[in-house]
Amino acid sequence: MTQYAEGITAEIVKEHGINDAEYAVILDRLGRAPNLVELGIFSVMWSEHCSYKSSRAHLGKLPTSGAKVIQGPGENAGVIDIGDGQACIFKMESHNHPSFIEPYQGAATGVGGILRDVFTMGARPVALMNALRFGAPDHKKTRQLVSGVVAGIGGYGNCVGVPTVGGETNFHAGYNGNILVNAMAVGLAEADNIFYARGAEPGQPIVYVGSKTGRDGIHGATMASAEFDDQSEEKRPTVQVGDPFVEKKLIEACLELMATDAIAAIQDMGAAGLTSSSVEMADKGGIGIALDMDKVPQREANMTTYEMMLSESQERMLVIMKPGREDVAYEIFRKWELDVAVIGETTDTGRMVLTHKGETVCDIPVAPLADDAPKYERPYFAPEVRAQLNAKDVAQPDHMGEVLLRIMSSSDMASKAWIWKQYDRHVMADTTASSEDPSDAAIVRVHGTKKALAITTDCTPRYCFANPFEGGKQAVAEAWRNLTATGADPIAITDCLNFGNPEREEIMGQFVGCIEGMAQACATLDFPVVSGNVSLYNETNGVAIPPTPAIGGVGLIPDMAKRAHFGGMREGDILLVVGETEGALGASVYLKVIEGREDGGAPLVDLDVEKANGDFVRGQIRAGRLSACHDLSDGGLACAAADMALASDMGIKLAHEGNVPMHGYLFGEDQGRYLLAAAKEDAIAILQDAKADDIPVHVVGLAGGKAVTVNGAHPLELDRLRAAWEGWMPGLMEQLVEAAE
Amino acid sequence: MKSAVIVFPGSNCDRDAHDAIEKVTGHKPAMVWHQDSDLPEGTEFVMVPGGFSYGDYLRCGSMASRSAIMPAIVAHAATGAPVLGVCNGFQILTESGLLPGALMRNAGLKFVCEKAPLTVENANTQFTSRYEAGAQLLVPIAHHDGNYFADPDTLDRIEGEGQVVFRYGRNPNGSARDIAGITNEQGNVMGMMPHPERAVDMGHGGTDGLALFESLLGSA
Repeated sequence: MTQYAEGITAEIVKEHGINDAEYAVILDRLGRAPNLVELGIFSVMWSEHCSYKSSRAHLGKLPTSGAKVIQGPGENAGVIDIGDGQACIFKMESHNHPSFIEPYQGAATGVGGILRDVFTMGARPVALMNALRFGAPDHKKTRQLVSGVVAGIGGYGNCVGVPTVGGETNFHAGYNGNILVNAMAVGLAEADNIFYARGAEPGQPIVYVGSKTGRDGIHGATMASAEFDDQSEEKRPTVQVGDPFVEKKLIEACLELMATDAIAAIQDMGAAGLTSSSVEMADKGGIGIALDMDKVPQREANMTTYEMMLSESQERMLVIMKPGREDVAYEIFRKWELDVAVIGETTDTGRMVLTHKGETVCDIPVAPLADDAPKYERPYFAPEVRAQLNAKDVAQPDHMGEVLLRIMSSSDMASKAWIWKQYDRHVMADTTASSEDPSDAAIVRVHGTKKALAITTDCTPRYCFANPFEGGKQAVAEAWRNLTATGADPIAITDCLNFGNPEREEIMGQFVGCIEGMAQACATLDFPVVSGNVSLYNETNGVAIPPTPAIGGVGLIPDMAKRAHFGGMREGDILLVVGETEGALGASVYLKVIEGREDGGAPLVDLDVEKANGDFVRGQIRAGRLSACHDLSDGGLACAAADMALASDMGIKLAHEGNVPMHGYLFGEDQGRYLLAAAKEDAIAILQDAKADDIPVHVVGLAGGKAVTVNGAHPLELDRLRAAWEGWMPGLMEQLVEAAE
Repeated sequence: MKSAVIVFPGSNCDRDAHDAIEKVTGHKPAMVWHQDSDLPEGTEFVMVPGGFSYGDYLRCGSMASRSAIMPAIVAHAATGAPVLGVCNGFQILTESGLLPGALMRNAGLKFVCEKAPLTVENANTQFTSRYEAGAQLLVPIAHHDGNYFADPDTLDRIEGEGQVVFRYGRNPNGSARDIAGITNEQGNVMGMMPHPERAVDMGHGGTDGLALFESLLGSA
């Protein structure tokens, strides 16, 4: 057997990211050498992005089932049961590499892609979230990247008419060369009308709908599976360009088609476009496919099969229809002025056969593309876990109010209004709490009911870097806590696992540690993973990002009348902290902002305590006893109190006593805690319940005045706090251009 | 009251408009496709909803203003019946000549979404009769091109004639004289950038848009 087909060289194989061992498997399965089209198809299907070859061995450790899980990982998105015959469909995905190279289009198409994953399954998208990590605020590229990414997310989501209701944004030098843009979409569907990639049978027409295919995005999946270097910006031509207007029409047209019972299987064309969508449907149906490339709607002249199969042009879907129902699709898609074409049919051969201009240009078995995709047990070593830090070994500041001011106006804690004001948060008229509201999670009503979804995105990369296992646990626990703090029942998560180069043992160790921590938290909190995405090779010139397993959590508020937020504190309310405070300053915001240090161990999460405390708080919310409720996370008690004071426009008098040093007490990031505000009689009832249930609840202060104080001293006036908190980001983004170099 | 909501490709506040009208009037409005050439028989109130008709290509509202349904809307307005354009609907009504002026890119050059403080400047229209003159409202805005512009003579005239119905308390987009909403000379066609349909129940965080729809119902 010849090693290479005509025109193919060892160099070309290497450029496709296929190593010698992988190439040998291709030769074996085909019984001959692949041509360029076939090589391209293997290349994208076996890319890290599509095959999860480095991560699959560990992803199986995550719990993925539960009483409310209708569909776990493996389809376009996860599906959970929210009662009354309704389902919630959601997923989070990364668009990191494209967003660094071309921030507006990279972020915009990230939003477009994740929306398609959700409406492909029959859901109307009802909310968008995001998790963004940028480099240091003073890095020369940061402002340009922030501007472009935010405009791109807004430009797409606003136009398509799905509210962007929340998210999180961090700045850290560890992302200088690799920003993270993780977008999450949430949709609602009828539980008995969900569409899958599986279900196709031989002899069914394959219908292409949406935009025409162009040359954009060719090999995007391969790009997302390699490290960056100084020449990475030359990869701009591989970034796709989005058109949210087409996406909006595609949503309406697909939902209209889905109401007709004409679809056998459906798949969006995301990474690796026509290749992965057709292969996935064929593989899941155990069938073959035959496509006539001349029938593919094309945007440019003289496109080759290679280009069409690898294009990542946006806003396209592939539908396998029930025979004889093609007219239904034609009618609907023409009404919406979208392209529609029958481009082939399913077969019983188990092979993918492509013809172009009368010639067979590809004839390969489907099964190896999916089943024989490489799976690597990458070697790893567990990173050294940093030792815990004792607050007593950290210098005590003189004036806690001034320290609080600096922390609240730091990049981690300052208001991100500059970002979220650019997102339409209210379209669809079901948003009850979004980024602007004092809520630990976004709240979106289930249209026409008294139910609401609570949605959050969370991760603390500082902790994951200090201790991957505890950091992974904490990311899941914080998502659960944020949902709980609104009164929701947490149901399930999606994840977006962003790491460096898995071929480095230390990075693989971070990945494995985070997964194992997440798995433990998911199991204990009954909070399974139903969908997700892995983004590896987030490193530039050998420097990896901090490990960032972003978690998107979804919960259900059964009755909108029984929920909580942190803006309702009233004069004279008693402030209570649920959970124990030991003053965990390791890897804290305090240490970073005040001491300029990022050392120390991550706070430990006791999952049983987390669950007990959270269940207690949810019970108190539903009993109607709280005027405000806020989870404690970055910046500890003092920052949660500051948030509550700003949102309620009322001061807080904190009291400190006991053995924990004052800065550890105020700013320690001990886990599993909540800050509650309640009228005196309610506070007494809460304390009684806590005693009966053996839950640690402590009185920590009193609402009143116009400042945050500690033991009657250390005052920070709310007006001053508000100005600094609101002022940081405009100050960063709107400074004179010459200052940026 | 029999109502119609116009749906263009790219409209995205059509369902919100539908729900607000149904909530207040008790009747479902007809959803009228842009390629239709007639309004349903007996239509009294027409709402042109927000969104990104035709993807904002060419110029916001420009292509929609040339669509098949527009002559019927112009004819409907000529009878003195109420027509309301919100956000992209306002842009469509200025592009079609039913309202004076134009909406330009926001002065800050960015999309802006916030709850905007408004003042009711004229409570003597069929859209605002249930408000007190001078009332302070909080109504969400969400737009990239809401910077109202007209030449000074036109601005003087519409101010003098009471055609300025809403003004911003804190100008979010550079609009001339803080103008947020206007009517035509006859007072039966109104355009506004703020979204009253996003402020009709407590789940929205406020109900300051409710009286607008109630005013219309009261005058029908």
